[in-house]
Amino acid sequence: MQSKNENQTVSASGIRHPESGIQTPASRNYLFDKPRNVKVLLGCFYVSLLVLLIVELFVHKHPHFAWEEWPEFYAVYGFVACVVLVVAAKYILRPLVKRRENYYD
Amino acid sequence: MIDPIPPVILFMAGALLVPFLRGRWKSGLMLLIPVLGFINLVRLEEGTYWVVPFLDYQLIFGRVDRLSLLFGYIFHIISFIAILYALHVKDDLQRVAGLAYAGSALGAVFSGDLFSFFVFWEMLTVSSIFLIWARRTEAALASGFRYLLVHAAGGLCLLAGIVLHVNQTGDIAMGFLGLNGPGSYLIFLGFGLNCAWPILHPWLTDAYPEATITGTIFLSAFTTKVAVYALARSFPGTEALIWIGAVMTAFPIFYAVIENDLRRVLAYSLINQVGFMVCGIGIGTGLAINGAVCHAFNDILFKALLFMSMGAVMYRTGKINGTDLGGLYRTMPLTCIFCMVGAASISAFPLFSGFVSKSMVMDAAASGHMRIIWFMLLFASAGVFHHAGIKIPYFAFFSHDSGLRPKEAPIHMLLAMGIAAFLSVFIGVYPAPLYNLLPYPVEYVPYTAPHVVGQTQLLFFSALAFTLLLLSGIYPAEMRCINLDADWFYRKGGRLFYRLMARTLNPLNEVCERWVAGGLVRGLAGLAKDIIARSALFVMVNIWIVAGWRGEHLRMKKLNLYADMMGGTCPVGLGAASAAAFLALIFVLMH
Repeated sequence: MQSKNENQTVSASGIRHPESGIQTPASRNYLFDKPRNVKVLLGCFYVSLLVLLIVELFVHKHPHFAWEEWPEFYAVYGFVACVVLVVAAKYILRPLVKRRENYYD
Repeated sequence: MIDPIPPVILFMAGALLVPFLRGRWKSGLMLLIPVLGFINLVRLEEGTYWVVPFLDYQLIFGRVDRLSLLFGYIFHIISFIAILYALHVKDDLQRVAGLAYAGSALGAVFSGDLFSFFVFWEMLTVSSIFLIWARRTEAALASGFRYLLVHAAGGLCLLAGIVLHVNQTGDIAMGFLGLNGPGSYLIFLGFGLNCAWPILHPWLTDAYPEATITGTIFLSAFTTKVAVYALARSFPGTEALIWIGAVMTAFPIFYAVIENDLRRVLAYSLINQVGFMVCGIGIGTGLAINGAVCHAFNDILFKALLFMSMGAVMYRTGKINGTDLGGLYRTMPLTCIFCMVGAASISAFPLFSGFVSKSMVMDAAASGHMRIIWFMLLFASAGVFHHAGIKIPYFAFFSHDSGLRPKEAPIHMLLAMGIAAFLSVFIGVYPAPLYNLLPYPVEYVPYTAPHVVGQTQLLFFSALAFTLLLLSGIYPAEMRCINLDADWFYRKGGRLFYRLMARTLNPLNEVCERWVAGGLVRGLAGLAKDIIARSALFVMVNIWIVAGWRGEHLRMKKLNLYADMMGGTCPVGLGAASAAAFLALIFVLMH
């Protein structure tokens, strides 16, 4: 991720609360500050994906449409739909509609 | 016990009373109104109440049936939640506007005739505008004016439709209309504008993110849902709605992916969710209508929950752009959890409320063998998880560390979010009570193995797509920018119109000033000043010359006559004589 921290209120000694101005130490470690925890979370996620793929094979379906019977239809559709969504939004829609923030002023 | 009263009266009376109370009494009354209203509503039996004769028509302020009751319940619940959330606000304008807005919505859903419905419909616009202006920024002011103009146009369209319809049929009942004749088309369009149909939608994404933090909670609940109610009442089974709804579900998600302002992302997803309802109403079977109104009920809760969580973030940090936020889970864990409950509900995760209602619409589309519609809705289901389900919580609470360490949201905000979150989960786990309130008997069973597995797969693999795109850097970074939408046409078009008018009308004005005001009018005035004296002179001088007057005498007589005419001091006989001469002339000319 690109991080754009222009407006960040971090100072060397810690972080200033925008309303109260209270300084709290920045050194405290939170849940996802440890890379290991992020890895564990992602690991659990990937395992659950696998479990879902396997479970689906044993589910008895009663579909409205023929393609709902295809193995892993929803998984593939969900993945493809989101990739298409993001790619279309980024490479087609954004170049068309993006303007500077004060465009209407 | 007193008899039930029209729900709108309680809210309007509250709105009038609130400014005169102070401190705890004021907050107490605000919270008491929806509670009293709910008790009042529960005691209402189905039927028709409060019929007022008006000219040759009957105004009905209480048409109570399963459809209006369902909307009545949720409007009371969300009013309570929104008022609780807004307890810290010390601004009577917002308090009064909020209560009046909720009251108008209740008035609209319970009115049984088009006249009173129209009045409440317009009151919705007028009261809601103050929730936008109360932000008191320049952007909010401008956005509020655009909101007002667009809704005024929509309201006029509806009014024209109602007039045509009543003229055509002589009936003012608010019942099934269907598309027949120009009147019904105009009504359809008027409803559609408040429903945020594609191209008519930008008032919503323009104004909601500019409203006050607490005002947006009210806004997200009422205007569009009253429009959904109106469509369900008057146009169920209208085929055009199926396609309009499907487009509504699909197009906003593209915008939501690239939008930076997180409340605007939610505004786009609001349109997306209303799309499911509109589509269901268009399909028009019992299952589809049930799905549409059930989804409206759930959407009011989880959309308010999401707006509340983003509002809490905004309240504590003063920021709402994705570029400025991130990592807030550290110090706002409860808000983060509530936000994720809202996200799971809107994404229709099993055990959350969206799952038990959205799938009814999907199922109805499938039962009708509408393949393309079904694919569009499925695409939108995956997409909504992508932008509202993941993007909102991720960019606000996780993502990069913005360095902000705000305090947790205040207790009343947490309570309000907690109630909405509890209801979303409760309905998701145990939908039977809600199903019992729906307009048609429900045979639908949401929790079947293939449905649960299919939906979970769809969502988890959307999440996988998000994860992979994010890790690979393809996911579009949040940017400080605005994205053009259909409002471009009237925002730029309005300016063009203004310039065009200035270019053509101003010069025209100048020319008129010079020639008419400077030339023509001055000439006329000069002429009119002594035209009578001059014509008298013209007549008399000829007579005098014939009579033999000459030289100094003639000059004196001319001067005297002119002075007499200008001074109005002619002898009365002269006036009488000329009047008689004039009449004689007319008499001669007529014969």
